Amino acid sequence: MASKAYDAGVKEYRDMYWTPDYVPLDTDLLACFKCTGQAGVPREEVAAAVAAESSTGTWSTVWSELLTDLEYYKGRAYRIEDVPGDSESFYAFVAYPIDLFEEGSVVNVLTSLVGNVFGFKALRHLRLEDIRFPIAFIKTCGGPPAGIQVERDRLNKYGRPMLGATIKPKLGLSAKNYGRAVYECLRGGLDLTKDDENVNSQPFMRWRDRFEFVAEAIQKAELETGERKGHYLNVTAATCEDMFERAEFAKELGMPIIMHDFLTGGFTANTSLANWCRKNGVLLHIHRAMHAVIDRHPKHGIHFRVLAKCLRLSGGDHLHTGTVVGKLEGDRASTLGFVDQLRESFVPEDRSRGVFFDQDWGSMPGVFAVASGGIHVWHMPALVTIFGDDSVLQFGGGTQGHPWGNAAGAAANRVALEASVKARNQGREIEKEARDILTEAARHSPELAVAMETWKEIKFEFDTVDRLDVK
Amino acid sequence: MTLNTSTQGDFVTAQTLETFGFLPKFTKEEIYDQIVYLLSQGWTPAIEHEHPAAARNHYWTMWKLPMFGEQDPNRVMEELEACRRSYPDHHIRLFGYDNYTQGQGLSFVVFEGRA
Repeated sequence: MASKAYDAGVKEYRDMYWTPDYVPLDTDLLACFKCTGQAGVPREEVAAAVAAESSTGTWSTVWSELLTDLEYYKGRAYRIEDVPGDSESFYAFVAYPIDLFEEGSVVNVLTSLVGNVFGFKALRHLRLEDIRFPIAFIKTCGGPPAGIQVERDRLNKYGRPMLGATIKPKLGLSAKNYGRAVYECLRGGLDLTKDDENVNSQPFMRWRDRFEFVAEAIQKAELETGERKGHYLNVTAATCEDMFERAEFAKELGMPIIMHDFLTGGFTANTSLANWCRKNGVLLHIHRAMHAVIDRHPKHGIHFRVLAKCLRLSGGDHLHTGTVVGKLEGDRASTLGFVDQLRESFVPEDRSRGVFFDQDWGSMPGVFAVASGGIHVWHMPALVTIFGDDSVLQFGGGTQGHPWGNAAGAAANRVALEASVKARNQGREIEKEARDILTEAARHSPELAVAMETWKEIKFEFDTVDRLDVK
Repeated sequence: MTLNTSTQGDFVTAQTLETFGFLPKFTKEEIYDQIVYLLSQGWTPAIEHEHPAAARNHYWTMWKLPMFGEQDPNRVMEELEACRRSYPDHHIRLFGYDNYTQGQGLSFVVFEGRA
């Protein structure tokens, strides 16, 4: 037992919270922070301060600490590492005992780990790079309402990525015109269409009208194609009561999938909605508006791999991950690093992908990775290679910008996708042979030929702002 | 913006029946390639068939049992042909049972019956 004497005043954090000899327990929650301290503050003191302020510590010793056993509850900074290619920052590894967190609550974990500590004056910048959730904590979380395997079975989609599109223009269509755009995409060969994240229930299109017209579009497309179809009906709303009202109506209409924006809506709403979806047999698509505010700065904020892990625990069947090749930010190795976290049952530490810890997901279902934003038919072979089958590839402009309209645009994408999958299965290197594969397929598809002509010049080649820390 | 409608194609909706439904029907060699892929992934080949009028449900009728342990693509091909001879008016699909994910790694309609 620690000494029971009360010694008032300010102590150095490292006296209590820097424990380089500590061997983390399997039940500990581990975190890796990238720290950039103020000039002159020793690394050990910064690391210890992060551990303290994100767990049991405060700036001054208080007498009531002696009423409990802080040696049991405190977070511990147990390792410091250099950041490759960066002399002013370093990685601090912190272990937190599992009892610091409420069971099943990613909210509680984030409130501690990315709470007050991020405003701490001794730090110039702080970034949460990764969390290792202990399997004991994971087993207390609900996770995806259905998961990859159940969704495939419900929607009868096997052996290939699914195809989607966000309906455009993203704001301003009436409900009936919107349903028309949905129907055209689905009859043309898309599996799924999506409400834009900005579409909630505005004056130009109230949610109930949208849901009804979309439902007719889906039913008609299913009947005519013999395929299963869906549309992510966005139930994100101002209040949880409104959110659940919309979800209930989607279920009443027999809709297979709804949608939520997990960061702007918040983790509490998200977890409740995921639980509702699990109970009611409805799939849940997750958008990630606001993520770049949190994750894009290389030295401050939270890396998206952490947000992705938290979403898998909170619950969602699809999550946007960026495209690597399209119009939005995303480094290939880093993206693959968090795509694994969504889909696999075990992900080993791999610094070349920005993965700082082994992560055992146990029996938690997987989440489809969604690639969306500025992609078109020419990207298809690369997307199939990067994302594999357990993904949703979403072509908004790349479907609806087709000169012949949505159905032809959808068919062009579907032909390109199936030609890529067929060639991959035949053992061809589809990224290298992209031009041949698509050209061959276009011989049987005038829709694809026109799409290839339309988008042949579009490239999105800018440097990634947030790169992995590698030598 | 003016669109020249005379150069536009009219997209006709078709019964496409999921994966590979937008490609021309596979030749025998192309079917063989997909069987080789299915076997190389360690999946168990299986065949189902159904009359087009009843093909909207999840369950179609199984052709015999899944071919557990089968490694010869030609044997799978022969079963597909045998199923087609017995049910010439049915859709016939080939798929691979993945006993790890309990999903189907690959699934496509090899022969289409006329409705």
